[in-house]
Amino acid sequence: MKAEHRESLANYLTALGDDELILAHRGSEWAGHAPILEEDIAFANLALDELGHASTWYRLAAELLNEDPERHPDALVFARPASEFRNVRMVELPNGDWAFSMLRQYLFDASEQIRLSALASSQYPGLAQAAAKIRTEELYHLRHTSAWVRRLGLGTQQSNRKMQAALDLLYPDALQLFAESASELELAQAGFVPQPDGLLVSWKSYVRQDLTASQLRIPDGEPSAPAGRSEHTPHLERLVADMQQVARLEAGVDW
Amino acid sequence: MVTGQHPNLDRVWQALEEVKDPEIPVISIVELGLIRQVGYADGRLLITFSPSFIGCPALDVMKREVRLRLQQLGEASVEIKTVFSPPWTSDWITPAGREKLRGFGLAPPPPHGGDLTAVLQQAARCPYCDSQATDLKNSFGSTPCRSIYFCTSCVQPFEQFKPL
Repeated sequence: MKAEHRESLANYLTALGDDELILAHRGSEWAGHAPILEEDIAFANLALDELGHASTWYRLAAELLNEDPERHPDALVFARPASEFRNVRMVELPNGDWAFSMLRQYLFDASEQIRLSALASSQYPGLAQAAAKIRTEELYHLRHTSAWVRRLGLGTQQSNRKMQAALDLLYPDALQLFAESASELELAQAGFVPQPDGLLVSWKSYVRQDLTASQLRIPDGEPSAPAGRSEHTPHLERLVADMQQVARLEAGVDW
Repeated sequence: MVTGQHPNLDRVWQALEEVKDPEIPVISIVELGLIRQVGYADGRLLITFSPSFIGCPALDVMKREVRLRLQQLGEASVEIKTVFSPPWTSDWITPAGREKLRGFGLAPPPPHGGDLTAVLQQAARCPYCDSQATDLKNSFGSTPCRSIYFCTSCVQPFEQFKPL
């Protein structure tokens, strides 16, 4: 692989890891607060899975950059300023109500199924293998969150109204999941990652089917160009400060 | 170069059989199908390890335990290589391992031959009374590998080891 491809692919994987990590952090905030015990357990599990997936993407990035795969993920998570995270904004937003968190997790899980299916045929074997592996675990996520989207969409007037409000807020931001990043087209031409516009089309048609069946309406009007992954809301900085608080007490300590 | 017939291999496999899943202490990592290959290469002992659920914290505990056991055997140089391909599947849990799960109160994952979507439609079989009149209460349970069910025949909640 060319040196510039290595670096671009490492950046791509770090961004995927950042999406998983930040969403995992938000998911873990439901522990002890979810409306029912089962969902408390479910969100903790979803978060734990996403954290494991983040760590997998960071390790792959470390290999591409010739960094230590044991140390590099910790450095990315605990020593990086918020401004250097490359997650989409959707995952850093505060949890809001239950409908908002559930719908966000669903939109993300659907994007994962689409992306991982395509990444499973990456020309970079380590990436293809990790994607195929993670995809099997993600089947459980999508089964769970799509069932809840349907339950809440078709539930009561109140649950439908809350879900619609969440969708109106989240949908424009969710489009950022497949916004083309720097050098992504080059990576796609080399066969390392899929074409982002193809993924976006598949994801849209996938979620439209579920959302329509749940009596939810996709909001009209899309942003002409989604924000780049270096643009964040002020919420990220607070989240990262919280996440790094203990690690920063004593840098480099083993725990 | 991996040699298949190294005199220590039997002892190594025995030691690995002693390493249990810390959250399901009746089943070994060999019975779970987590160990794909064991062999010596250039004087090093190479263990090929296939993670079940990637985010499961018990995996690190099990890998630490493997190192410890093998050190006690006098293996000075051990490499544990994590592989994702082919991805771990619950079909690799051995028949003896399945029985141990059942005895522990965990419904063993039904074999699916790669069609996970189809097996997810099936009701789990109660580990206590063998009935399939069971309801899924939660896809997620006390560990990443468990779902929570309720058996309407013997009126008993139970957990299933998730098919993967």
